[in-house]
Amino acid sequence: MKPTQELLTINNLHTGFRVKDKYFNAVDGVSIHLKKNEILAIVGESGCGKSTLATSIIGLHDHNNTKITGEIQFKGLNLATLTDEKLNNVRGNDIGMIFQDPLSALNPLMRIGDQIEEALIYHTRMSRIERSHRVIELLNQVGIPNPQRVLKQFPHQLSGGMRQRVIIAIAISCKPSIIIADEPTTALDVTIQAQILDLLKDLQAETESGIILITHDLGVVAEVADRVAVMYAGQIIEEAPVEELFNNPAHPYTRSLLNSIPQTHSENEKLEVIQGLVPSLVNLPRNGCRFAPRIPWIPAEAHETEPQLHEIAPGHFVRCTCWNHFHFKGEEGGSLL
Amino acid sequence: MWKTIIRRILVMIPQLLVLSLLIFIMAKFMPGDPFTGMVTPDTDPARIEELRQQAGFYDPWYQQYATWMMNAVQGDFGKSYTYKVAVADLIGDRALNTLWLSLVSVFLLYLIAIPLGVLAGRYQNTFLDKTVVLYSFISYAIPVFVLALIFLFLFGYKLQWFPTSGTVDIKYENGSLGYIWSKFYHLLLPAITYAVLGTTGVIQYLRTEVIDAKSQDYVRTARSKGIPLNKVYSRHIFRNSLLPIAAFLGFTITGLLGGSIFIETIFGYPGMGQLFIQSISGRDYSVITALVMLYGFLTLLGSLLSDIIMSIVDPRIRID
Repeated sequence: MKPTQELLTINNLHTGFRVKDKYFNAVDGVSIHLKKNEILAIVGESGCGKSTLATSIIGLHDHNNTKITGEIQFKGLNLATLTDEKLNNVRGNDIGMIFQDPLSALNPLMRIGDQIEEALIYHTRMSRIERSHRVIELLNQVGIPNPQRVLKQFPHQLSGGMRQRVIIAIAISCKPSIIIADEPTTALDVTIQAQILDLLKDLQAETESGIILITHDLGVVAEVADRVAVMYAGQIIEEAPVEELFNNPAHPYTRSLLNSIPQTHSENEKLEVIQGLVPSLVNLPRNGCRFAPRIPWIPAEAHETEPQLHEIAPGHFVRCTCWNHFHFKGEEGGSLL
Repeated sequence: MWKTIIRRILVMIPQLLVLSLLIFIMAKFMPGDPFTGMVTPDTDPARIEELRQQAGFYDPWYQQYATWMMNAVQGDFGKSYTYKVAVADLIGDRALNTLWLSLVSVFLLYLIAIPLGVLAGRYQNTFLDKTVVLYSFISYAIPVFVLALIFLFLFGYKLQWFPTSGTVDIKYENGSLGYIWSKFYHLLLPAITYAVLGTTGVIQYLRTEVIDAKSQDYVRTARSKGIPLNKVYSRHIFRNSLLPIAAFLGFTITGLLGGSIFIETIFGYPGMGQLFIQSISGRDYSVITALVMLYGFLTLLGSLLSDIIMSIVDPRIRID
């Protein structure tokens, strides 16, 4: 593998939300990096902090009720410490963002063309005519037929898939080096999902940008990602190149997730689930292995008291030692040596 | 769109007919008649009876109604018994006074309420927000006649900053610059009173809408584009927050002619509200019925106007 430059490096990031005068970390010590030309997927159940991680990068939280500590290194800047005004030079310009629900992510009172043009007004020195050419070029790029007509339309006149393409056009309008896609296909039906994922992959190849893809859909991950980070309860519990993760999943959580995907050819008619729920922000266990309460049949000695990330294969990191002793419930367990 | 508008106007006709019938019957049930007030110890009861006969008072009610309707359609609402002039002319004069007063009132109202509502929503839970909310509660709680009397006493009587009654100073010639200024000067204090007390609804609506819009996905999209926060407010949040205000705009426009009974009565301003009260206490049937018909028509027109305005400001709404 040829060495590529790191675009974004996140070090020990904590994002806390205020609940009654106390801050609770939804993202709890995440360190991760993104390289050029890479699609990094961040996977996890709802409420594990993956969307919070995404919005923390460009500081889209309410500053009165959120506390962000740690480092987000990008082009020599620490985004975590920048003011809102300074961050505006990065948002939309160097980092584009794609959101989950295309039905509500566009301003219902504004024409499509105006919404795409907006970022260009503040980040480029293009003239009005140049901007309108660029908008048409962008609409073509994201595969919208008849762009001349669409740019004069309002969001409600477009289908969900078309609106998501518009949002992608907004995100890439200033040729950002990083695109953060927060569940870009969740609200779309399956055929449209595939089209949008293909589009993202093509755009990535074309623009040589890095993409952070946030999803809970392992199928999506397998299809587009180069590297995967699995998040649980605000922490990254496993990180590996995509083939490695699917071939040799290590952490009990990752294995349980993969195990719960229904297999069409399997004899087993029972749907495998992970016992228990993702703990809520306020009740999150902050000590020991955070996944331990959901695998109670694994003896406590198997877990580390302060779980760390261990490199078990080149580029493959796993948190806590319990992966070594894990077996599914009812199966024969390995002995604790 | 034009087709719908014409259809809506046609539907108004039966609605207005039903309204006119109800008004007519209710007016009939009112005790007394315009001639009751003329009775003095010197009047000959036979003379009164004769006048009643002449006015068609003893005709069957449907015949009276038919006569009234036929004339009303031609714009003739009869003659005011109190003022001895045609009802249409009387209402015309008063409507013009009220229109000017209302225009200035509503202008001042929005001038106060829109910035306060937007600022309170933007800086939610700050000292500024709490002050605005407190102001809107207090202004909602004060009855209009109390504040009107306080203002009249303070600024009109004690400080003598404003005139205390009428619409214009008699020393000016009709149409001159001084005349126009004097008219404006006379309606300023009642307009301020109205604006100060009427802001609650607009402030609260806007504040809630701004707070709601702030957390909408499209605002997050706008912020992720890296445009300045002030632009996010002016281009995205503000326009969306104004929608409910726009929904009421039709009624606000037609309401301009309604006038305020309390304010016009207390400030001695001869407008529609004052005329309405006087015509009721004077049993001036022809004026009452004409005014209620007019208010009914304005309400129907207001809802049509509101729908048209909504279809202009919100592209999701189309009437066809």
